[in-house]
Amino acid sequence: MITYLEAIRLAQQKALATDPRVFLYGQDIASFGGAFKATKNLSKEFPGRVFDATLSEDAIVGMAIGAAIEGMRPIVEMQFADFSTCGLNQIVNHAATLYYRTGVPCPIVVRLPSGGTSGGGPFHSQSMEALYAHYPGLVVVTPATVEDAYTMLFDAVALDDPVIFCEHKFLYNHLKAESLPETSLPIGKARLARTGRDATIVTHGAMLHESLAAATELAEEGFELEIVDLRSVKPLDTDTILASVARTGRLLCVSEEWPWGGVTSEVIARVSAEGFGLLDVAPMRVNAKDTPVPYHPDLWSVHRPTASTIAAAARRLLLS
Amino acid sequence: MPKTSAAVTQADYIKAYRIMLLSRVLEEKLASLYRAGMIKGGVFLGRGQEALSVSVGIHLHRGDIFAPLIRDQAGRLAFGDTVLDTLRTYLGSQLGSMRGRDGNIHRGRPRDGYYAMISHLGAMIPAVSGGLFARRLKGERGVVGATCIGDGGTSTGAFHEGLNAAAVEKLPLVVVIANNQYAYSTPNSRQYACADLLDKAAGYGVVGHKADGTNLLDCLQTLRRAVQNARGGGGPQLVVADLLRLVGHGEHDDGQYVDPKLKASPLGGDCLVIAEHHILEQKWATAEEHAVWRREVETEVNSTADRVRREPPPDPEEDDWAALSCPEYREQYATS
Repeated sequence: MITYLEAIRLAQQKALATDPRVFLYGQDIASFGGAFKATKNLSKEFPGRVFDATLSEDAIVGMAIGAAIEGMRPIVEMQFADFSTCGLNQIVNHAATLYYRTGVPCPIVVRLPSGGTSGGGPFHSQSMEALYAHYPGLVVVTPATVEDAYTMLFDAVALDDPVIFCEHKFLYNHLKAESLPETSLPIGKARLARTGRDATIVTHGAMLHESLAAATELAEEGFELEIVDLRSVKPLDTDTILASVARTGRLLCVSEEWPWGGVTSEVIARVSAEGFGLLDVAPMRVNAKDTPVPYHPDLWSVHRPTASTIAAAARRLLLS
Repeated sequence: MPKTSAAVTQADYIKAYRIMLLSRVLEEKLASLYRAGMIKGGVFLGRGQEALSVSVGIHLHRGDIFAPLIRDQAGRLAFGDTVLDTLRTYLGSQLGSMRGRDGNIHRGRPRDGYYAMISHLGAMIPAVSGGLFARRLKGERGVVGATCIGDGGTSTGAFHEGLNAAAVEKLPLVVVIANNQYAYSTPNSRQYACADLLDKAAGYGVVGHKADGTNLLDCLQTLRRAVQNARGGGGPQLVVADLLRLVGHGEHDDGQYVDPKLKASPLGGDCLVIAEHHILEQKWATAEEHAVWRREVETEVNSTADRVRREPPPDPEEDDWAALSCPEYREQYATS
């Protein structure tokens, strides 16, 4: 069985094997194989292509940008998504503006081990996708399955634009697949993870699996939920969302991010503006609580949305 | 450092001086266009820093990498930038390299090794380092990258991270600090506490060089040595040149805060005037010949400005408003 984490390692292995422009750069990623082992053995297999970086997120991304200008395809690993704020300037002001300003694309992939795990606490748990999606010039992807972790990372490397690859740590070892596909939906297309007639849940990342569990719970009560897995939050596949809402008339947005200005607010804004007439009732959303991510597992498990809080919200939506 | 590099010749000096003169005349034109309201946004001049800046650009080859900063008009021209593209970018011509999407000193042609600075100081150090790292991975040898910064920029995290990472990778990088005594209005006494910015070189494990920024010969010799060291495998080189910014931060700023004692000190000397006197004293040119040089560049600058002023501005209807290069995302992005 192949885990989500191993799929990420295998996608990088495939990228290194098939594209001589690819190299890996990040903290502890060479002989140590990375904090999560997402690059295990790759430095041995590809000598001179996998490099340990200094503890300098700004310089890591800045170096990747320069290398991309010179025609390379760097994949950089942030040890945790949270630390990418130390490289924020290079990502949002340099990588993201380069093509618009100069006409020269910036094909870098920044891997962000994202989201909460039990005991992670305020600085090892964050979901940064909305922050990066806010800036023009970045592609922001949030694979929720083993298959997507593999194909989307490989596709991200092939893209000429900077990609923020939000891989979810909670899924690293939880999710397993029998085999990996060669192709998948392109980046920018959402996927119907479950079909149903009564309400639409739009979600991404680890929350896909909480939402699927909630849908199973609701199915026992006679409600059929449709679930849209966004896969990429920017570009956002508004067409697939609107088509689903047209079928169900009800919308629940679920995200592990904080509520303010996030993916759920963006989705609801778009559906309200472009598909208000499709809605039978006011849309709803479930987000993490608007506090830093707490350390203690008992606090953390309440801070984030779970199958039961999603199911409770879905019931309210369905009965309203 | 042993002075092993080839001596700076009369021809080198004259060539550098004439680029400085072109840069000065071009910048005087930019200031005048700004005062006439023809340039939107800011104008940032390198008056007093031309000797240092030209010495960086003139020692780089085609195929090297250069990321200049805001007071590097002379270095830009020496590296191959043109009066035409400078004016186009400042005046917002659609035909300029930045097509009106970015302006003034934020210009470059990254594919030609001429990186376009962002305003965030220090950011270009890792970018040039990454370019050099890529060249190394591609098996290219003998490439040098150079980037410029000021005294204020040395206080940024990006400066520290970038120079440290370049040192760890032993990249052929030259970082040039124009120690012009002020970061906008902030004097060096409020900027750093070490005795000399050159002290930082030892901390990063890189070779340090000191230059008199008002003296063209010293700048040329120092940069020649630093660039040759880097090209020869000597790792990153840190050049610190002391001088005084002879203008405000931008043309909107009269720089009234500059200490008069500094202006009267040797630091306050105008490198262009000093170099001109040197040329005349050495009888490398007569006053008449010098006057011809000035008239030639004035003619070039004025005629180019007249031409650019007739060029079309960017057309908002024609801009594709696409921040991503991938065509398949443009439609989705446009509605984003």
